[in-house]
This record gives sequence, structure tokens and C-alpha cells, in this order.
Amino acid sequence: MKFFAFLSTAATLLLIWALEAKFGDFPRFGEFLNPGTGFWQNAESKNATLTEELKIDGLQGKVIIKFDEHRIPHIFAENDHDLYYVQGYMTAKDRLWQMDIQTRAAAGRLSEAVGPKAIEVDRYHRRMGMTYGAENSLNGMMKDPESKMMIEAYSEGVNSYIHQLKPKDYPIEFKLLDYAPEEWKPINCAYLLKNMSETLAGGSEDFAMTNDLKVFGPATVNDLFPDYPFHEDPIIPTGTKWDFKPLPIPKPSAGFTAQMTDKIRPKEITPGIGSNNWAIAGSRSANGYPILANDPHLNLTFPSIWYQVQMSSPTVNVYGASLPGAPGVVVGYNKDISWGVTNVDADVMDWYQVKFKDAGKNEYWYNGRWNKTTKKIEIINIRGRKPVYDTVIYTHHGPVVYDNAKQKPKKDRENIPVGNALRWIAHDQSDEFKTFYLLNRGKNYDDYRKALSYYTAPAQNFIFADREKDIAITPNGKFPLKFRDQGKYILDGSDPANDWQGWIPFDQNPTVKNPPRGFVSSANQSSTDPTYPYYINWRFELYDRGKRINDLLSTMKKATVDSMRMMQLDDYSMRAHDVLPSLLKYIDVSKLDKDQAQALNLVKTWDLHFDAHSEGASVFNGWWLKFYDLVWDEFDRNDIELNLPSFDRTEKLLLTEPGSRWFDNIKTPKKETCADIMTIAFTQSVNQLIKAHGPSGKNWEWGNVKDTHINHLANLPGFGTGQFSASGTGAVIDALKGGNGPSWRMVVQMGPQVKGYGVFPGGESGNPGSYYYDDMFGTWKDGKLNELLFLQSPDEKSDRIKSTLTLSSK
Amino acid sequence: MLFLVILILSIICSYFLPWWFAAVIAFAAAYFLGTKPGKAFLLGFLAVFLAWVILALFKTLPNDNILATRVAHLMQLPNWIVLLTVTGIIGGLVGGLAALSGTLIRNSFKK
Repeated sequence: MKFFAFLSTAATLLLIWALEAKFGDFPRFGEFLNPGTGFWQNAESKNATLTEELKIDGLQGKVIIKFDEHRIPHIFAENDHDLYYVQGYMTAKDRLWQMDIQTRAAAGRLSEAVGPKAIEVDRYHRRMGMTYGAENSLNGMMKDPESKMMIEAYSEGVNSYIHQLKPKDYPIEFKLLDYAPEEWKPINCAYLLKNMSETLAGGSEDFAMTNDLKVFGPATVNDLFPDYPFHEDPIIPTGTKWDFKPLPIPKPSAGFTAQMTDKIRPKEITPGIGSNNWAIAGSRSANGYPILANDPHLNLTFPSIWYQVQMSSPTVNVYGASLPGAPGVVVGYNKDISWGVTNVDADVMDWYQVKFKDAGKNEYWYNGRWNKTTKKIEIINIRGRKPVYDTVIYTHHGPVVYDNAKQKPKKDRENIPVGNALRWIAHDQSDEFKTFYLLNRGKNYDDYRKALSYYTAPAQNFIFADREKDIAITPNGKFPLKFRDQGKYILDGSDPANDWQGWIPFDQNPTVKNPPRGFVSSANQSSTDPTYPYYINWRFELYDRGKRINDLLSTMKKATVDSMRMMQLDDYSMRAHDVLPSLLKYIDVSKLDKDQAQALNLVKTWDLHFDAHSEGASVFNGWWLKFYDLVWDEFDRNDIELNLPSFDRTEKLLLTEPGSRWFDNIKTPKKETCADIMTIAFTQSVNQLIKAHGPSGKNWEWGNVKDTHINHLANLPGFGTGQFSASGTGAVIDALKGGNGPSWRMVVQMGPQVKGYGVFPGGESGNPGSYYYDDMFGTWKDGKLNELLFLQSPDEKSDRIKSTLTLSSK
Repeated sequence: MLFLVILILSIICSYFLPWWFAAVIAFAAAYFLGTKPGKAFLLGFLAVFLAWVILALFKTLPNDNILATRVAHLMQLPNWIVLLTVTGIIGGLVGGLAALSGTLIRNSFKK
């Protein structure tokens, strides 16, 4: 009997142990499944409390929060401290895990939560200077009393929410990954900015371009990678005069092509990350006041990257989209002004080849002498393992991101190891939150300009419209003063002439106010025409979206909010418009079989719209991509990372250089012409379409061929949308493709009474167990906008207010 | 009696004690109230199974099972009811084994 008693007790304890233990990536099942503290606790009731009063620490006055039907908080505070405090509190309540994981990722601290699998990501973020940059940024922000107040109050609010959480209240992702929320530090707000900088200004082709130079030589590279595109319609209208005396442009350094040195490279630039914004003057609108539209394209995730909020205190009343983790509204409007952003794509990330004196790497060669390096020790804590200590060497340029001494072959002089130091705008002191502080309170054009002067990175095309009927756009950020093409390739870090030589003065950043054409716009294309005296970058996004926007706006009369909404959904392909006639001209119809001939007919009768139901769009898309691959077969090499010429350059080749040598397939003895590969591209791409989707029909419709989906931020199955059919593609205004696209669509009609409309794919709550997790997704998918509720006082009556929360101090 | 004691105490304690305390309750209750080991296992199993199912339903029904459906998908289970059953069985096994142990240990001391 005793034996069985022992056996049974042992079995019980073993079971409990097994349910408590963590195996691999699985959650701890006992903790996760039990209904008292596990995930069941995250199921939110549909029966919401209508009015609630809460006492929390740290408030100076009373704060009233009205919730509308999407549970968007409309915060009314008696002072600014309480306003940002409650913004932090509410954002944490809805998005705590997102705030945690995004700042952890930026800070290189993922391994603490998820274990060894994140070490390399963490190491990269540490080594590229994310912590260094965040510390510098925070120093800058804390010097400014208003930024300091915002960051501190916001952080207090986040912590006030965290402190009252019990483990059963933790967001479900903490339970799944089995870790706990930690204190929110002011530097996390800076990390959030670094995260945005990495996404929007953390791509670099310098390394691949340097390789191109080595393989093909300068003449070819200059021809294939020009500094101004073939097709262009710049943001600042062509011909705009520059009414300033430019600073002297730095002299180029003695040319230096760095050796191929490293294996770990920064993220490549992801095409498709881009955005649209435009504003029309009162002369083009139905009510005589400007209308502003903005749709930033970013990775689409649940929870959404944006969090809608209305913020009101005696100094401000603003509505718009905020970034969880950052105080204030980033894209939005108040009763006087509205503003929006798209990415500039400035070249603010450069690589410098460093020559160290010896293996100790305590000194590096610069300006004709040896200079001291500094070393920063990064401690990466890893869940379930000992910490990793990583020493990062800094030159005056910045961190040596990757040190390849171990990879270098023995016979190569090992006493002179070579690495690259990174000079990145996001390493610098900055005060971006001040820009948003001022924009949120802005009353007119002058306020807009003043707000922009504080902004550093990631550089944005700030668009503007106000009640006084001014419209404007400014590609804005801190732009280094460079010689032409400085940083297109890896630079010699020993030559001071290669350093950034100062900054383009803020008031000489490209800008235009009330241009004669009656509208301003941007879609990540070139900031200016080539007459602008300074160098911002050699490459920008393709002109396609910008050109289409400008074409549509230039014919627009008596425009309404709905005209703008329809434009945001426009899926007309400028590329097809430009190249399809040539594609059709070169194809040899006699070489097509029956299926291929039928496919050709689809594309011939296509209306050039990337509509979800269009089969022609699918055929064209496959054809063009295949053609592009075949043209640049010379760049398809496994041994070296090369940068391919752009679609724009390919279009120029097709339209103006039909006899070019690049059309030849180097793997065949025959010398192919443009017509040859056009036909091959067509037959191959149609065969692929048939192979992947069967015979022509419903399955060929663009919405079914294109993979569109929104995943949970951690790619948890069941927590996203799954695949859905949708119109649009990369280079059309409705740039929805894969998991990337319009992350927030906003249209604001200025007037005596401003009216805002907007939607993002997702919901306010980050809790997959909430009704407000994805309640706006359907509206967004259907191409509709919600009328935004902009209350003028907490007492204003509206049947859209569903509940009220009153917060006051304990 | 044993069934009711475990059921009620499990539900109450779930609000302020860790989940595995259900085992302590089942063990203690069976030690004092249990008679036959087989019956103790069955009653312990059913009581904690039911306690956990009731507690989970309390949260998931007002939620229209939105979250349970997502988590079922995540765990590759066909639907939320299976997930609920799995939850109940895990609780039940803990309760049943603990009750069995309680009875067996009490019995072995008696002899």
C-alpha cells in the first residue's frame, strides 16, 4: 500500500512539475491553461462598464476619458502632465506587450525574453549602435523642458498601469512567452524612435553598390545607377526656385573603394515601404478650404503600429494616430491645422572602412595619424543561459558594426584587420518629440515651420494644410552636408574629406508653400529636381505613385473627402502605362501556344488597374518581373552580393536602348535581343502562373495571385487575418502587397469646423481576446473611412460615446 | 461530499492562489474525506475538471469565445470546445491524482 501511495504522490508531483516547466518554445501549460491566471483571463466581456471611476497614483487633477464605439480614448485633462500621463496609461492598457517587444527589439534585449534564438538580432542591434543612439537622443530630449515633461509623464502613466497588474492580467503574449512586463523607462520612448529610424532610414545598399563597382567598373555603374531617375515627378515641383544662398558643397575625397569586408549586412532596402500624402488648396475643393490626405505604408500587423487618440488639455486639443511608446500625436489634426508624413529616404547611413593599428584595435588611422578608439561593452542577457559580453569598437564615425578578423584568410595580413564604422543619423542627439508637441498645438504655417526645425530622423515629407488655406510640404530632417554621391559606396574612414561636413541648414531644406498648381504631394520619390544645390540621396522610390497622384490632382475640381478617399484606393499602374505598349510591341506572337495566346489577350484588354478581380494584372505582373530578371542575369551571382539596377533604369533600357548588350542571356551561346527575351519572359511567366494557379480563370485574379495578409506581431497563427483578396500592389497608390501597405488612411477637410476621417487595419486593443482587436479591419478592407469623433469638450454630447472613465489621484 | 468540497474550494482558491493549489485541496480533502482510492480519483478528477470548466466558461462565454477560438487555432485544435476539454482534463488529472494520493497515504498510515 505504501508503495502505491508513494507512486501516486510521485506521479502527482511529476505532473505538476511538467505543467510548470517550460519546454522549448511552448508556454508553461499549467500557467497558460488554468482558468484562474491563464489565458482564459484575457477574454474580455462584451458587456462593457458604462461609467467607471478609478483612483490612481500620480495625477495632479481629474482626467475624463470618453470612449467611442471603437473604444478610441478621448482624453480630457486639466493640465499637460496629466494628459501625457493618461496617454501612457491608456496606451499601456491597450498595447503593453507591443510596447515591450518593440522597445526590447530596438534595445537588443529580445534574448532576455525569448532565449538564445534572438542572440544574433540582439547583437546586431547593439553593435549598430541602437543603445548608443537612444542614449544620445534621450540626452537631447531631456534638455528640452517640454519634451522632458512629456516623456516623464508618459512613462509615469505606463508604470502606473503596470504596477497595478497582477499576473492574471498580463497580456496574453506575456503568458505565451512566459515573461513579465517590466518598468517602463524614459529611454524606451527613444528606443521607439530608433525602431522607426531602423525601419525607415536603416537600409543601406552601400556594400552591394561597392561590389557592383568592383565587378562592373565605374562607367557601367554610373550608367546603370544614375543619380536622377529616367521617369520622375519630384515632390517639390520641377522649376521651383531656391531662394537661399547655399553653403559651399564639400569637395569629394580622393576616390576610395573599400575592400569587400563583411558578411553581416544591414537590412536591405525593402521596396514598398513608402507612403502617400497630399493636400489640395481651397481652389480645388468643394468647400473652398484645403483637404489633406495621408496613408503611411508600413508593415501591417495586429496590433496595429498606430494607436488612435484624442488628447485635450488647456494647451491643446488634437486628434490622430500615435505610436505606442511615444508621447503625443504623430499624424493628425486640430481645429486649425492638419499634417501628415511620408518617408524621405535620405542617405543618412554611411559606412567607413577603418584601418586599425594592430590587433588590439586601440588606435585607428585617420587624418594622417593614429587616433584612439573607444570601446563599449554590451552585455546581452539571455534567458536560460549565461550572458554574452560583446565589445564594440567606436571610432569618431560610430560603431564598427562588424569585425571580420576571424573570417580573414591566414595569408591576408592579419595584423591589419579591417572593419567598417557606421555613421548613422540615428546615433545623434535629437528632439523629435518636440516637433510633435508643437504640431499638436500648431495654429498656422509659421507654427508648422517652427515645429519642423526640431526634427532629426527618420526624415519625413511633412505635409501641411490649415484653416487659413495654406498648404505646404517639406522633405524634412537633419540632412548631412555631403559631396555628390558621398556614401553611395563604402567610404575610406581615414580621410577627413569623407566625413559628414556639417548640415544642410533647416531653412534650406526643400520646401514649397501654396504652389501655383494648387496642390502638394509626396510618395517617397525624389525630393527635388536636379537644380537643388545639395545632395540628399542618389536613389529614391520609383516615381509611379507620385506621378499618378499628381496626374489625378492636377485635374481635380470641387474635390470632397470622398474624392480623396477614392484616390487612396486608386490602383492604376503607372508602370504598365509606361511599358506595356513596348512589351506588346516586342513579343513574338507566333511562338505562343494556345494558353499563352489566351493570356496575352488578357493583358491586351487589361485596363491597367491592379484590381482584385483583374486577371490581366496577374499576367502583366509576372511578365514584367520575369523580364526584369532576365535582363539583369549578369547580376545573378551567388559568390557576391550585388545591387540590381532599378525598375526605372530597366524602363529606360526598354524604351530607349533596344539594342543594349544587357538583353543578352550570358548563359547561352546565342545573342538574345530585347524581342527574344520579351517572348521568353512571357512564356515562362505564363507557364509559372498555370503551374501555381491552374488554367486561366478565377484563380488568376490578382487578389488571389497576390498574397495579402495581416499577421500578429509575433506571427502567431490564428491571431492574424489569414490571407484575403485585395486590390493594389507596390507601385500604385493603394500600395497593398504581402503584409505591407496603408497602415493608416486619413483624410482631413479643413474649414470653419475641421472634419477628420480615418481608419487603420486592426483595432485599438492589442488583446486578441478583445472585441476591439480587429473591429476596424473590415472598414479598412472595404476601402471606407470612419468619421473621426473630435470632441470640443468632455461635456459635448454624442451618441457615439459609449462609456466614460474618470481618473483621479488616490 | 468529497466532490463538493474539492469543487467549491478549487473555485474559490483559484482567485488568489496558484493553479497547482487545486492539487493541495484535492489531496487534503481526500486525506480527510476519501475512502476508496478509485472513487477518490474519480471524484477528484470530476471536481477539478468541472471547477476549471466552469471558471473558463465564466470568462469565455461573455467573450463569445473569440479568444478561445484564436488560441485553439494557435494550438492546432479544431475548436474552442476541444481547448476547453483539454483545459478541464489537465485540471482533472491534477485533481484526480492528488485525491488518489491523499487517500492512499491516509490508508497507508492507518495500517
